[in-house]
Amino acid sequence: MKKTVFLGALTVAGLAAGVAAAGTLDDVKARGKLNCGVTTGLVGFAAPDANGEWKGFDVAVCRAVAAATLGDPAAVEFVPTTGKTRFTALASGEIDMLARNTTWTFSRDVDLKFTFTGVNYYDGQGFMAPKALGVSSAKELDGATVCIQTGTTTELNLADFFRANNISYQPVPIETNAEAQQQYLAGACDVFTTDASGLAATRATFEAPGDHILLPEIVSKEPLGPLVRHGDDEWADVVRWTLNALITAEELGVTSANIGEMSAAAGGNPEINRLLGTEGNLGEMLGLSADWATKAIMASGNYGEVFEQNIGESTPIGLSRGLNAQWTNGGLLYSPPFR
Amino acid sequence: MSTLTDSPEGTFRLSMLLNDRRYRSYTFQGIALVLLIAVVVYLANNVMTNLRDLGLNISYEFLGSPAGYDINQTLIDYSSQSTNLRAAFVGIINTLLVAVLACITATFFGVIAGVLRLSNNWLVRKLMAVYVEIFRNIPVLIWIIIIFTILTAVLPGSRAYLGETPDKDMLLGYFAFTNRGVYAPAPIWNAGSGVVVAVFVASIVGIFAYRRYARNLLYATGKLLPTGWPTLAILIVPVVLTFFIMGQPIGLDAPDPLANRFNLKGGIQIGAPLIALWLALSIYTGAFIAENVRAGIQAVSKGQTEAAAALGLRSGRIMNLVVLPQALRVIIPPLISNYLNITKNTSLAIAVGYADITATLGGITLNQTGRAIECVMLLMLFYLVISLGISMLMNVYNNAMKLKER
Repeated sequence: MKKTVFLGALTVAGLAAGVAAAGTLDDVKARGKLNCGVTTGLVGFAAPDANGEWKGFDVAVCRAVAAATLGDPAAVEFVPTTGKTRFTALASGEIDMLARNTTWTFSRDVDLKFTFTGVNYYDGQGFMAPKALGVSSAKELDGATVCIQTGTTTELNLADFFRANNISYQPVPIETNAEAQQQYLAGACDVFTTDASGLAATRATFEAPGDHILLPEIVSKEPLGPLVRHGDDEWADVVRWTLNALITAEELGVTSANIGEMSAAAGGNPEINRLLGTEGNLGEMLGLSADWATKAIMASGNYGEVFEQNIGESTPIGLSRGLNAQWTNGGLLYSPPFR
Repeated sequence: MSTLTDSPEGTFRLSMLLNDRRYRSYTFQGIALVLLIAVVVYLANNVMTNLRDLGLNISYEFLGSPAGYDINQTLIDYSSQSTNLRAAFVGIINTLLVAVLACITATFFGVIAGVLRLSNNWLVRKLMAVYVEIFRNIPVLIWIIIIFTILTAVLPGSRAYLGETPDKDMLLGYFAFTNRGVYAPAPIWNAGSGVVVAVFVASIVGIFAYRRYARNLLYATGKLLPTGWPTLAILIVPVVLTFFIMGQPIGLDAPDPLANRFNLKGGIQIGAPLIALWLALSIYTGAFIAENVRAGIQAVSKGQTEAAAALGLRSGRIMNLVVLPQALRVIIPPLISNYLNITKNTSLAIAVGYADITATLGGITLNQTGRAIECVMLLMLFYLVISLGISMLMNVYNNAMKLKER
């Protein structure tokens, strides 16, 4: 009850504080800091490193937006949110944007009044099981006990999958990834389910990652992306095109290594020129400086670099590009043109 | 007489609202009430305005739509296609189940520990003091997690019981203790089982009748009838006889180790989350109750004990017949608040994945529908109703127990 009242009071206080402000972009500029909602800790996507500095794939999006709007990738206040608190935090104005591997769904977009500004990771829900269990397919899981991280679309996908295949299971809802991991390792559940990228990230932290396998079934579509509040299209544009700038930079071969040279003067490729602000006035149209995209890309590199640094095959998480390759390489990443 | 019939209205002046002690308190209470209402109206209005600005509204329609998720412990029929309202009911029943269980065992632990804290035996007394101090000084959430962790770490995985040649045999062939919970056989009610149940109920009535008869006989004639073994006999013999006469109509559905490769199936499963929550709430609150019981006993004057001893009562009887009945008057009021605490503390269930009302309505439903304000309001209403209900029942009991003054 105490907790409930506290939550209620928080909600009320949050709503009272969030009296609709003019424009988020102006607010961020005035504050000199971007409030970015991230996970409470999922290695590879958003987690503080040994020095207490936030690192990860979602964190890179926050930093790019901060660099584009404020010119400083470090001007970010990271607000850890749980699956439960993230939407309230965004709706109440506590955070300016949410980059917390959040699935883009119809009801979140339409009913909860958020605007998804793109997809930075195409994911799907998968299952992880100990090798010793001898399971090779999720369809063999009849009667199994399944650990789920609550507050995600995962529970609904899971219920649908088991119902469609007419098999039974015992759900064990867990509040955070860390607790779910502990229960799974203690054998309190047979399988652990969440987004496949999250499973890979979790498995990477195990003592013996080789003892656990990811089952081949991907039971849902989980396009993960950053989102902002409905009704502030200028701010939504800033976040959307910052993400597009990172994707386009990879497509056009702009990397953190050559960007200094490329942005110094207009080059031969007009699209690169427009992107980096050496030609045209795209930055001005967004209400930002001309070199906004240059700064965003310099923050932690283009999309491909961010991917490789945080979750790519060379990292312990070891995800391949798969669906997240550029459209020119058979993936789904396809940024609208900068013109 | 004439002064009394003078109507006060005749001499009432507005300034008396502040100056006259008779009215001053009403004035301040009135002002406080108006201010309180103003604050509530302001907050409610603020929420509504802000929601409208965001294009949202307060709506409870989500309660009628399918929940879409599964729950591990359902005492009423429920599937992922049931409504959010039904999911909330499942949660309410789970909350009440663990609250009732924990209230009973906490009282049990509390009374024993409280009485033993006053024991003449140094070791017992100190042991109980250690129990009370350790358990009530560590937050209950920590206890829940500790007990759950110990359960999952110490008990074997359910696979140890599975297969044709299991690593572990079930106790008596019926009971299995795994880190996912305790499995026990479930009764199967066949034709004729109603008779057995009826006989069982009749036996219980019979026990009360016999005890009443024995007491009346004692008061009337001073003749002491035994109550211990006849009680047992009345309880067991007729039921066992009927059971065999009716041709063993009640069967047992033992947990099946061959049903699948993950879990035992069938029987009754008491999940590890329920056990951890139940145990943690019981021993934690039991420590508080122990202190209440000790205070209650110490509030009974020592002369009462000495007088009873002088009459030749043995120490067990002194406690049961003289001290505890009087101590109850001191014990019950704080006991009410301990019961309320147990009920409210059940909301920590989500820490171990127990599907109480906070986990279903205030957790998954809230998340999936995004209706935070509505869900939290419903939760507040639920806990308020339950708490007031417990409070009312206990006050009725308190009134029945209090010193009757004539």
